[in-house]
Amino acid sequence: MPMLRLEKRPSPSRFWQGMTPVLAVVLTMIAGGILFAALGKNPVEAIRTIFWDPLFNAQFASYSRPQLLVKAGPLILIAIGLSLGFRAGIWNIGAEGQYIMGALAGAAVGLAFYPADHWFLFPLMVVAGALGGWLWAMVPAILKTRFNTNEILVSLLMVYIAQNILASMSLGLLRNPEGGGFPGSRNLSQYPAASNPELIAGTGMHWGVIAAFMAVIAAYILLQRHILGFHIKLAGQAPRAARFAGVNPTGLVLLCMGISGALAGLAGLFEVAGPAGQISIDFNVGYGFTAIIVAFLGRLNPIGILLAGLLMALTYIGGELAQFMLGLPAAAIQAFQGMLLFFLLAVDLLSNYRVRFGARAEAA
Amino acid sequence: MTRPELLRVDKVTKAYPGVVANSDVSFAIAEGEIHALLGENGAGKSTLVKMIYGLVKPDAGHMSLRGAEYAPAEPRAARAAGVGMVFQHFSLFEALNVAENVALGMENPPPMKALAGRIKAVSAEYGLPLDPARMVGDLSAGERQRVEIIRCLLQDPKLLIMDEPTSVLTPQEVDILFKTLRQLAAEGTAILYISHKLEEIRALCDAATILRRGKVVATCTPRDRSAREMAELMVGAVLTPPARAGGAKGAVALEVVGLSVASPIPFGTSLKDVSFAVRRGEVLGIAGVAGNGQDELLLALSGEVRAGREAVRMDGVGVGDQGPNERRTLGLVSAPEERLGHAAAPDMSLVENALLSGLVRKGLARRGFIDWAATEDFAATVVRDFDVRTPGTDVAARALSGGNLQKFVVGRELSQSPGVIVINQPTWGVDAAAAAAIRQAILDRAAGGAAVVVISQDLDELLEISDSFAALNEGRMTRPRPVAGLTIDEIGLMMGGAHGMEVAHHGQ
Repeated sequence: MPMLRLEKRPSPSRFWQGMTPVLAVVLTMIAGGILFAALGKNPVEAIRTIFWDPLFNAQFASYSRPQLLVKAGPLILIAIGLSLGFRAGIWNIGAEGQYIMGALAGAAVGLAFYPADHWFLFPLMVVAGALGGWLWAMVPAILKTRFNTNEILVSLLMVYIAQNILASMSLGLLRNPEGGGFPGSRNLSQYPAASNPELIAGTGMHWGVIAAFMAVIAAYILLQRHILGFHIKLAGQAPRAARFAGVNPTGLVLLCMGISGALAGLAGLFEVAGPAGQISIDFNVGYGFTAIIVAFLGRLNPIGILLAGLLMALTYIGGELAQFMLGLPAAAIQAFQGMLLFFLLAVDLLSNYRVRFGARAEAA
Repeated sequence: MTRPELLRVDKVTKAYPGVVANSDVSFAIAEGEIHALLGENGAGKSTLVKMIYGLVKPDAGHMSLRGAEYAPAEPRAARAAGVGMVFQHFSLFEALNVAENVALGMENPPPMKALAGRIKAVSAEYGLPLDPARMVGDLSAGERQRVEIIRCLLQDPKLLIMDEPTSVLTPQEVDILFKTLRQLAAEGTAILYISHKLEEIRALCDAATILRRGKVVATCTPRDRSAREMAELMVGAVLTPPARAGGAKGAVALEVVGLSVASPIPFGTSLKDVSFAVRRGEVLGIAGVAGNGQDELLLALSGEVRAGREAVRMDGVGVGDQGPNERRTLGLVSAPEERLGHAAAPDMSLVENALLSGLVRKGLARRGFIDWAATEDFAATVVRDFDVRTPGTDVAARALSGGNLQKFVVGRELSQSPGVIVINQPTWGVDAAAAAAIRQAILDRAAGGAAVVVISQDLDELLEISDSFAALNEGRMTRPRPVAGLTIDEIGLMMGGAHGMEVAHHGQ
């Protein structure tokens, strides 16, 4: 008789649905502490450097704290879009490519007007950014609906195409004519009509962060109160029941891929016009992929994604700090972040199963 | 006539969380006896035979086989001891042929060629013709059952358990199956026959054990009892058949003209030139062995599968190319056979499942924004009116028992003041009292002016509630005929006869 058994719950546990992310973070801290100790570092100090120092250490916080929103903004914005598709069982893995194309489209519009000073320029760039990401996501979406291709594969491969277009653009069409031949575009943050500045000094708050918060609220309302959100959830949980409810699967694929692409494109535009400042070969740093982790860490729930985005941003900033202060290898930080997802998926089963200790109870 | 005892079940008890499936159940089967296990859905028949077949372990009590202690730890042990079982739902691979499927169920399958020979020999001996080389996906339900039976017979069982074997057969096929079972019994094989079809049991069985709520409430000799007496023992109450008003029929509300659609289901049956019309107040019963196009017909009528505009008409307006919600707007409701995953989303609450199909006709959303309060009211109304046993409307659909979910799904559709009702298997898996309530509710809607199409494999049910009767056979539908005056033989022929099996028992 096994000593540990799993028993399926009749209904998913609400308590554990909320508690599993917390438990996962705690388990990650413990396992990560052991990893850091094995590397010869003080585990308590390492954990503190990652989770505490970026926010509250007098020496680093003034630089690190604004970085939290700067890094969390795009993660949340992209993850919200992805989560809608994931809920519906539509797997857009190519947000990184849509992020790049949004940045390219938005930056191209801005640079086309250089150095004119129009009030409508930045709003126009925002529209172009969303459109760029949307168009890039439509490729896997239409291939899926027309030819039944696998959107996971197509959207992922489109990332590599986008990366090559990015390289070509920063070396060619969008290269700064006054840049002395170096790759990379003009710096948009030095072009006021096209820039996405820090709105409140010292907070890291920019238009992209505001867009991310708005996306969280909109997604929350959509999923809780709107029939479209209900149909998205229904299609993901029971596709045949969704067809019975009159959901058009083709329309849903186009819609979910479109929303996630547009939001990823927006994130790219806000990044290129703000924190990054310019189009360059290494413009993309993996937000589109990390957002997949953020989406699942947040249990595909808008509020959860908000918290998960902040937490993930914190581990990035704290991880950099730990590399710099304690000499922890970058791979150890990545392993630490990987543990977070691993533990989350592992403890996730608690919401659907009950763990029973001891042998099966036999009736007398 | 005393025959040696084969199996004795002594004071067996099995409890699941929240329900005692079997409580102190005792009975015995002699060699060569055909013994019926009778009871409503949920009476504990399935749990009992699962224990005999080693799928479930009893909490208390014991069993003996030919006097020796019998406690199979798994089906393999049961088979080794000479117990075989034919399940209601077949475990066959459609993309493999008959011999390959049989081999997969054996411990040490002989070479394929030898096995094919043995299958042919056994099928000829017992009058169950079967070609070992045919793909299972191409077989009718009756033929698939033969694969399962022959798989058991090849193991030379002492006891053969059959779980609701006739639910997938035409009347003629039932006759052939009974001949086979009687032949087996004459050779000394005991048969434990589970069913709730009383006339069949009276025709076939030597003895019956009747279960109600997990307990043995009676044992009897079926031939000496009337079907009504046994039904009342099963239910524990006096049954009243549904009342119906033979009112005048109105104008044609649903008309299907030359409907042909390809099946969206792998190994499904395409509909071929189906035509019929249903008037207001009329109930059309559509019979047929499972897998002859019933699912496809429901999909085509509900709007999940589209056809030409004029192939399906409601009140004279072509809707064949419209989706489910457009048809709901015009007054059509439908209830698919498969409850979990099709009619209801398993992990969603009853409230969310009420929204699933109630959205349009109950006006549960305004400008796309869901009115959750109204949706909760609707769900609560369905739960109350159709006696759905549930702790509340916020529990997940999958937490309900099959019968209760069926009541919820049918109730949800019937509570939308429909003009046209299409239901596949309305009382599948619900107990007799609830089934009577559902049938009464359907008749009430018809009396109120709705046109009703009921697709069912339960002939008694169809004859009880239908005004006209048709049958689906390989995707084609017979012309509807008035129920009054139909004989069971005519019905059997409408359902496709015995699929060329008449020769099987020739000269025996």
